[in-house]
Amino acid sequence: MKGGLAVALGAAAIAAAPLVASTYHVLLMLPFMAYAVVLLGLNLLFGYTGLVSFGHALFIGLGAYTGAFLTTHAKIRSLEVILLAAAVLGALVAIPVAALCVRYVKIYFGMLTLAFGMVFYTFVLKFYRLTGGDEGTPFLRPSLLGRSLDAMPKIDYLVGPYYYYSLAVLGLAALGMWRIVHSPFGLCLKTIRDNPTKAETLGIGVTRHRFYAFVISAIYAAVGGVLLGPPTGNVDPTLAYWTHSGNIVFMTLLGGFTSFFGPVVGAFVFIYLQSWVMSVVPYWRLVFGAMLAVIVIFAPDGLVGLVTRRRPAPAGRA
Amino acid sequence: MQKIFNLACGSFYALGAYVGVSAVGWYVDAGGPPALFIVPLALAGLAVGAVGVVVERGLLRFVYDRDETFQLLMTFAIVLMMEDAIRLTWGTAPRSTAGLYLVYGQVRLFGATVPVYNLIVIAASLAIALAIGWLLTRTAFGRIIRATADNREMAEALGVDMRRVYAKVFTLGTALGTLGGALVIPATAAMSEMGIELIVEAFAVVVIGGLGSMRGAFVGALVVGVLRSIAISVYPELEMLLIYLIVIAVLVARPRGLFGGATA
Repeated sequence: MKGGLAVALGAAAIAAAPLVASTYHVLLMLPFMAYAVVLLGLNLLFGYTGLVSFGHALFIGLGAYTGAFLTTHAKIRSLEVILLAAAVLGALVAIPVAALCVRYVKIYFGMLTLAFGMVFYTFVLKFYRLTGGDEGTPFLRPSLLGRSLDAMPKIDYLVGPYYYYSLAVLGLAALGMWRIVHSPFGLCLKTIRDNPTKAETLGIGVTRHRFYAFVISAIYAAVGGVLLGPPTGNVDPTLAYWTHSGNIVFMTLLGGFTSFFGPVVGAFVFIYLQSWVMSVVPYWRLVFGAMLAVIVIFAPDGLVGLVTRRRPAPAGRA
Repeated sequence: MQKIFNLACGSFYALGAYVGVSAVGWYVDAGGPPALFIVPLALAGLAVGAVGVVVERGLLRFVYDRDETFQLLMTFAIVLMMEDAIRLTWGTAPRSTAGLYLVYGQVRLFGATVPVYNLIVIAASLAIALAIGWLLTRTAFGRIIRATADNREMAEALGVDMRRVYAKVFTLGTALGTLGGALVIPATAAMSEMGIELIVEAFAVVVIGGLGSMRGAFVGALVVGVLRSIAISVYPELEMLLIYLIVIAVLVARPRGLFGGATA
């Protein structure tokens, strides 16, 4: 139950952050929570099913652009409607993409997802009438639970209502994912990861389960993508670029893909370390690249793996 | 050939481009005859390929026995590092050799004006392709490379020193990448983002042609190049979109690529 205690403490710390931490640090928590939602979904595919997508920036971008489009062009400001629309759209786009991608594994899967991600990137870049091209589209301030908060100063809005809204979404997303990975469906995914042949002989539809996992992870990425929009107020194509897909895989690995909350820890460390390194030198990629190399070589289980390594915990448990 | 999908090949290309620009700059400052600028350019491109040894010995060799995912992530780490290493060395402004490539003049070919330099690059790439083909199919070293790609354990059991083969192959690949970057640069400009942009195109080329097939890569490059030009003149919005759609079509219909025979 040590894990449960750590999670409760973490949640309490996040909830208390706006009361004690500086505004700067609280604002950094917003992209952290958004990425945490994305990574919970990504890890269903990476850690639990054994498929590494190099194209999930597609769904982040899709979610973010859905929000930008609805607030700017369709005059729909309700964040609940936006999240729902992004989830539905994410699923609709993911269905054909997943159907094609899950026919392959390992490197081919990664390459195919990368190609789809770049199709979307090129689309948002070139069809500028719809997306604003490389300048992006504004993401107007959404209303929360039906209440328009346009009168609030931007910082108050972000560190106040929007912060707790994001936290609530993250909490629900984590709860939902916890249920998924601990359901019979989740067990099937782990079996597929460890031994697809055996899973097949046990009567598990391997391709079908991979397909479901992909679609669920895409929905999570789209929802997380929406949450990324309001803090910056603008959505641009770099969200969908392939290096962004690489960065989120990096976050997952940094925290540890073998544990449930590992990716969440990874997102936290990534965001804060990046902001700190960038305040010291502008070359954060050099530092992070070296860090990634070290993790890949010495600590493939990530930070959470380093902490829990001594305990003979079964793989895939927090 | 090493069965490593190297995301960093674009970064090597960018590195070659920058080094090429600098080498030509020094050469011109030192008063060398402009007509021979291609010599320092090519030499610099080849020489900086030595960075391949460092990368292979320093990083990649640790992940040969790991899952492909970790190999992919390792090359992604190299992409991140190289991008900033280039920014750190050459700054963020684009670099170019100005109009130097026009010293060879231009010719009219099929009604279009083509700089002679472009023809030299085409000839050079053909020559390199032939040389690589010869190396792989006609020499003992080429046989060893192909044997390793087919069955690493068997090759090792037959007394092939895997570490040296991998180091050589990777360095050769790197040198080709940097040379390519150096050769193409007089006609364009070096930018720090060119590496991560090229990789997607290079990846399209390799997928269309088929992994591990040299002939396929050549045909893939032609397909991508020609289609891009056609798309630009017909419907510019479609340019890269078209390439990716073809990649997806090829991956779905023939995951081994148009020319891929061997199982990857």
